[in-house]
Amino acid sequence: MATTTDTAAMPAKGGYQPLDSSLLRKRYASERRYKAYGLVAILIGLGFLVMLFTSIIGNGWPAFLQSSITLDVYLDKEVINPDGNADEQALFRANYTKLARQALYKKLGFSELPDRVTRRKLNQLLSRGVDVQIRDVVLADQSRIGQTVEIDLFAHGDVDALLKGAISRDTPSDRRQLDDQQVEWVDKLVADGVLAKKFNWGLFKFGASSQPETAGLLVALIGSFFMMLTVIVLAVPLGVAAAAYLEEFAPKNWLTDIIEVNINNLAAVPSIVFGLLGLAVFINMFGLPRSAAVIGGLVLTLMTLPTIIIATRAAIRAVPPSIREAALGVGASKMQTLFHHTLPLALPGILTGTIIGLVQALGETAPLLMIGMVAFVVDAPSTPFEPSTALPVQIYMWATSAERGFVERTAGATIVLLMFLIVMNATAVILRRRFERKW
Amino acid sequence: MSTQLIILGLLIAGLIAFFLGIARARAAANKFPEIKMHSRLGYKMHSRLGYYGAYCLIWTAIPAIILTLLWGAFSPNLVYRMVQAELPQSVQELSDAEQNLIMGRIGSIAEGVQKLSYEDKKILRGVRIGVSTVETAAEILRNNGVILGGLPEPYIIGLAYDQVVFKDWSRWLITVIAYVMAFIGFQFAYLSIQPRLPARNYVEGVIQIGLIMASTVAVLTTIGIVLSVVFESIRFFQYISLENFYLGTVWDPRFTSADANRGEGQFGFLPLLWGTIYISIVALLVAVPIGLYAAIYLSEYAGSKFRAVAKPLLEILAGIPTIVYGFFALITFGPMLRDAGDAVDPYVAYLGSLIGLDLGVDIAATSVLTAGIVMGIMIIPFVSSLSDDIISAVPQSLREGSYGLGATQSETIRRVILPAALPGIVGAVLLAASRAIGETMIVVLAAGIAANLTINPFESVTTITVKIVSQLTGDLEFNSPQTLVAFALGLTLFVITLILNIYALYIVRKYKEQYD
Repeated sequence: MATTTDTAAMPAKGGYQPLDSSLLRKRYASERRYKAYGLVAILIGLGFLVMLFTSIIGNGWPAFLQSSITLDVYLDKEVINPDGNADEQALFRANYTKLARQALYKKLGFSELPDRVTRRKLNQLLSRGVDVQIRDVVLADQSRIGQTVEIDLFAHGDVDALLKGAISRDTPSDRRQLDDQQVEWVDKLVADGVLAKKFNWGLFKFGASSQPETAGLLVALIGSFFMMLTVIVLAVPLGVAAAAYLEEFAPKNWLTDIIEVNINNLAAVPSIVFGLLGLAVFINMFGLPRSAAVIGGLVLTLMTLPTIIIATRAAIRAVPPSIREAALGVGASKMQTLFHHTLPLALPGILTGTIIGLVQALGETAPLLMIGMVAFVVDAPSTPFEPSTALPVQIYMWATSAERGFVERTAGATIVLLMFLIVMNATAVILRRRFERKW
Repeated sequence: MSTQLIILGLLIAGLIAFFLGIARARAAANKFPEIKMHSRLGYKMHSRLGYYGAYCLIWTAIPAIILTLLWGAFSPNLVYRMVQAELPQSVQELSDAEQNLIMGRIGSIAEGVQKLSYEDKKILRGVRIGVSTVETAAEILRNNGVILGGLPEPYIIGLAYDQVVFKDWSRWLITVIAYVMAFIGFQFAYLSIQPRLPARNYVEGVIQIGLIMASTVAVLTTIGIVLSVVFESIRFFQYISLENFYLGTVWDPRFTSADANRGEGQFGFLPLLWGTIYISIVALLVAVPIGLYAAIYLSEYAGSKFRAVAKPLLEILAGIPTIVYGFFALITFGPMLRDAGDAVDPYVAYLGSLIGLDLGVDIAATSVLTAGIVMGIMIIPFVSSLSDDIISAVPQSLREGSYGLGATQSETIRRVILPAALPGIVGAVLLAASRAIGETMIVVLAAGIAANLTINPFESVTTITVKIVSQLTGDLEFNSPQTLVAFALGLTLFVITLILNIYALYIVRKYKEQYD
């Protein structure tokens, strides 16, 4: 349209004097203003985008680091297993926290047991999840009992926050989560190279937990994976079949009209209503288990079906009729034409539409809340029929959680979710670029 | 065998049938040389060999699988009824709710019984005839991880055992029936293979039926949505009258129990509707100007390079999951607005005192403004992309006519293009509005849960979707109005968005016809 601007500007350049040049100037000024409004609108929109991403990344990157204290833990036989019978139950219940604390006291140079107040302050430097960490080491190899082993133990969330600058050192000691003495210890540990921030594998290794340092996304990732699998297995064949029928076989009558209108409307129904459907039909009527990934997958399937159908129809329609006519001309049946020629040629478009539908499904939260995916699941599910959560639901649960340390976890989980979406979208774009055919 | 295993087995059987069918068809092609004498086509098969295989596969697997699925859907109910019929007379006389409770206990014990060894099961069976005691049975169950409240009555253990027996029987029955059926189907198909059999037509017919069924899933979904919300809503309106719900101004469902306060107006819908509309209006006030101006710039002014970059970037805004927006509003945007409000508060108060009013900017962390603006950001692309398409669809001749009369480009846009595109743009805005009304996660995290009927944009309000979520997360009891109200809200939401969508699609379609 740039050329039209030139033609509009022509009279002024063209040498003859307009009747009222001040009016013309005003009109041009308003023209420039109008153009600027449009540019500003776009810049505001993009500004919001930048703000959103900086906020999420700024809040979220610390979640990928986790402070941990490397201690030489003496796996005291007296504490772990005083009776000498090494059955799993006893090993499971032993007081491992005590071992971690003793190791910490020793590291900080207390040769004998410090007094109670000091002990409590020292204990606050360690995460409440350290017992599980030591237990895992012991259970992995019981011969280590009685030896001294070097173990990376999680620091408490407050220590983590202090190291990441979320707790300011300038706050007066009595109003800070960690008092001056504790900060001094932390500094000493850091100076000794014992306390350090490391890449937080726990974010991908743990399930739900009430402490941020031992809370992870494993259950959510597995749950989301099972849901995506369900969607792919159900929605793609159903969607492609429906689109193929409507595009290639359906007679034009009131029934197919209803189906058409229906699909368009279904694409715009609020997602939460699908959740109500899932709750009433899958859980109440069919009695499927609540919180199971397969129900989430079913609900998301119904939700993404319209997207896939609409995209597939567009892709099928883009295949030129000459291909069909040629196939029919050499004696193929309509079904053979569809499966041997039309669908393979429409495949890139179908794949793109499918990925867009999956992206939608992966980020959807509201319907999953309805079917009880808001669950505190510690152990990773191994089948889609066991309770699990989903990535966006985990974000919701952490976002509404009161503990401060969960803010960074939430943002970290959001980054993980956005990464998945970016990768999927990029795949869709590449597919479209690589395989799209112009007829 | 479980339903999944049966189906897997049937599919394998189908696969075998497929190859047997092909082999038989090949043999048939060679075996009937005498046909050659009567017909010029010779012993040419009607269809390609694969179709005979598929014909056998279909006859073997599909009827049996359908039967298995139906059985899987209905047999639990049947078992439940058979067990219920055996409840002792004293229990039969109890109310439905109490009976359900007992049935639930039987069910949970039965789940444990399934895992027991044969000897343990024998002891459980002995409970009813008095050979073994309830205590030993309970001991066995506890050791196998079944959580028993107190000591169960003998008949409960007996029935739990029965339930397992019925279930086992039902499984065996369907396994046998399914495989017999598969065999009969295979026999029929296999024996009917001959050169004249139009296998392709049959197979394609079945495929077409499959395609038709796939395309009705969308319709079934809609029917499912409507029926599920309507039935539960009807149950809700048995507790709360229509006018108390739709005209009530107080939302306070906590203290209404199922029988007390019947018909009290504590399920007032109006505050929720107002909150929803108010937030949507704020969202549209943000999204419509930005989206519309962006669309005008993109379609009329921008060069193709700028457009190729800016348009997809703007559309990213629509692709970001709403939970991310909600979190953004919760931790960044809400606090930011609150601080900004605190910063300008003294000046506004001063200005207010000049004109004799008590003004102030005290923005709550969750407020209409926070939720509305963030939602507005989300729907910018809905407005901009659709409007962009619509503006681009205005015929070039209209523009050229306007330029020919000496109008500048902005004058052309304002006086010619926008009026011509107006119906379409209205449609786009309505679609965006329907999106805003149905949006859940942003308002759950950013709008608040207090059902205020307020005009102040700095206070928090709540919406229909927020209340659906809050009434349905937590302990669910499907016979209290507290839970059922979510379905009434869902029904209302569905109807509102449906009307908006249909109207918007109608406008857009009509507009398109105008210029086609």
